[in-house]
Amino acid sequence: MKALLTSPRTAWIVVGVMAAILVVAVTTLQARSATASAGTAAVNHISTNTIPMAELPSIRGEEMAVLTAPPHVPAPITRNYATKVKVELEMFEKTMEIAPGVEYNFWTFGGTVPGSFIRVREGDLVEFTLRNHHSSTVPHNIDLHAVTGPGGGAEASLVVPGHEGVFSFRATKPGLYVYHCATAPVALHVANGMYGLILVEPKEGLPEVDHEFYVMQSDFYTEGAHGEQGFQPFSMEKAIAEQADYVVFNGSTTALTGDNALKVRQGETVRMYLGNGGPNLMSNFHIIGAVLDNVYLEGGTVAQNNVQTTLIPAGGSAIAEFRADVAGDLILVDHAIFRAFHKGAIGMMHVEEVPELAERGRQIFSGPQANRPYTSSAVIED
Amino acid sequence: MLRSAALVLALALCLPLPASGSGVAAVSLDTAMVRVPAGSHLPLYANAGARIAVPAFEIDPFPVTRRDFAAFVRESPQWRRSRINPAFAGARYLDGWRGDLSFGTPHDALRPVTQVSWFAARAYCAAAGKRLPTTAEWEYVAAASEAETDASRNGRFIADVLRTYGARRTPVAPIDGAAPNRFGVHHLHDRSWEWVSDFNSVLMGDDSRGASGHDRRLYCAAGSIGATDPGNYPAFLRYGFRAGLEGRTTADNLGFRCARSIP
Repeated sequence: MKALLTSPRTAWIVVGVMAAILVVAVTTLQARSATASAGTAAVNHISTNTIPMAELPSIRGEEMAVLTAPPHVPAPITRNYATKVKVELEMFEKTMEIAPGVEYNFWTFGGTVPGSFIRVREGDLVEFTLRNHHSSTVPHNIDLHAVTGPGGGAEASLVVPGHEGVFSFRATKPGLYVYHCATAPVALHVANGMYGLILVEPKEGLPEVDHEFYVMQSDFYTEGAHGEQGFQPFSMEKAIAEQADYVVFNGSTTALTGDNALKVRQGETVRMYLGNGGPNLMSNFHIIGAVLDNVYLEGGTVAQNNVQTTLIPAGGSAIAEFRADVAGDLILVDHAIFRAFHKGAIGMMHVEEVPELAERGRQIFSGPQANRPYTSSAVIED
Repeated sequence: MLRSAALVLALALCLPLPASGSGVAAVSLDTAMVRVPAGSHLPLYANAGARIAVPAFEIDPFPVTRRDFAAFVRESPQWRRSRINPAFAGARYLDGWRGDLSFGTPHDALRPVTQVSWFAARAYCAAAGKRLPTTAEWEYVAAASEAETDASRNGRFIADVLRTYGARRTPVAPIDGAAPNRFGVHHLHDRSWEWVSDFNSVLMGDDSRGASGHDRRLYCAAGSIGATDPGNYPAFLRYGFRAGLEGRTTADNLGFRCARSIP
């Protein structure tokens, strides 16, 4: 500024520009205040008045919820009215493989990690019966992020082994929500596998797709290093330090690989209900070989288009949709890539070629066209 | 009619089974009560420095076994499985027993008795001229490792206890004389959870069914707000277990032992 003002001519130019800016600014301010004083609802500010009171539709009839184990998802809801949905979920503590030859004592909702997928419709009254198998060592409960109310149901559902608890809630807000155990010490219950997803389908339903899958990432902490064989107890030290031995999809390093790979056909549309149970790590979810056409960020109602990698927070979710245009294997990873290569965060989706679509697929991606030696003229100076 | 006939048959078949010592593998365990010197206990939820003084008391070195409990119900018929007042125990009271006085096979004799309610446990102790330990007494005794009387801040001990809890299975294994803690007390961690006299007064508010008052701390901010030692996961598990109890609750992995004040 000082340099500019050394010449009187420059100084006058500066003053002139400043005056012009001032005039524009004042005019803008006046225009804004005129809009504001007109009292239109278009003013963009946050007020409690902009949050409507959720409608509580009347309840017709009742039905039993169909729960599914990952990677499966219950069929879309065809009802066009709210009903009472009875959910019965049993909690088991059971030893399963987290990796080939490595056993872990998982605490589960429904016998799987992640727990059973629950699907209800916006407005439904959900009557939740939570059962704790008599062989469990500790009490468990459930906090559903879809619940509006103290503890998300946790206080209302604490059950000791061999007991069941019942509570009800209205699924007032559509979205994909995490549920988890919230019994002290919560971190231990979550670290042992107690989480899953509940979908509150919007009342207008979701667009039809060819496949829906349920994939949930989570991190595990064992006394032995990654891959150390045999039974591996939980390591509290590593969990507190957030030094995961395993980062996996659907509870094991092989849940979505080999024969367990997800399978679709070329040209089909896929909707993935993605969750992250944590307890510690965020998921940088990426599918090698696909661009995600729609991603409902954080499991909410707004979709972002053409996403390469989406962030799923611990205790959060996302819904991803895409069309499998090209045949071949798609690879699901946490793009914090050491987790994929060294800790198990890897899965596969096999896209089977459809003859009518093979040529279109080759137009989108050629595959290898050449691979030959060449001689470089570049000189690298160290 | 058919059902009651079957019940009679079942009783007839079961009664000849050993209800007490006969046929049980000879295990010599010194069951004389252990004298625990006065000390103190810092509850998991407490204001800073609010240690609870624990006067000297006596405690059973072993949990009460099925054989012990069978002897009790022989003398006190109102606590037999077929006669229990439903107000005092849930439907699975003494589940797994073959009959009112028969706890199962000889191998089951030295298993800690489980599927007993707080009311039944309290009655058992009273009949023996004892009482249930308080939470403070139980936690104070259970904070001892084999080497130290207070290992509650010893990371290795805490990790061992946590691993032990994870390795427990039901039916609960029989008692043995291995590895008493520094006070000479056995199986505080490696068999079952145990009743304390004040399981509900520490954590519960107006009644023992709703979650209120202190209990809420277990849900708030992952139960960590106000905890005196967030690293003591085993203590969280015990407090969490007690929070889920009512006086009539019974479970496969919930037993008890008795204590006695020193006059």
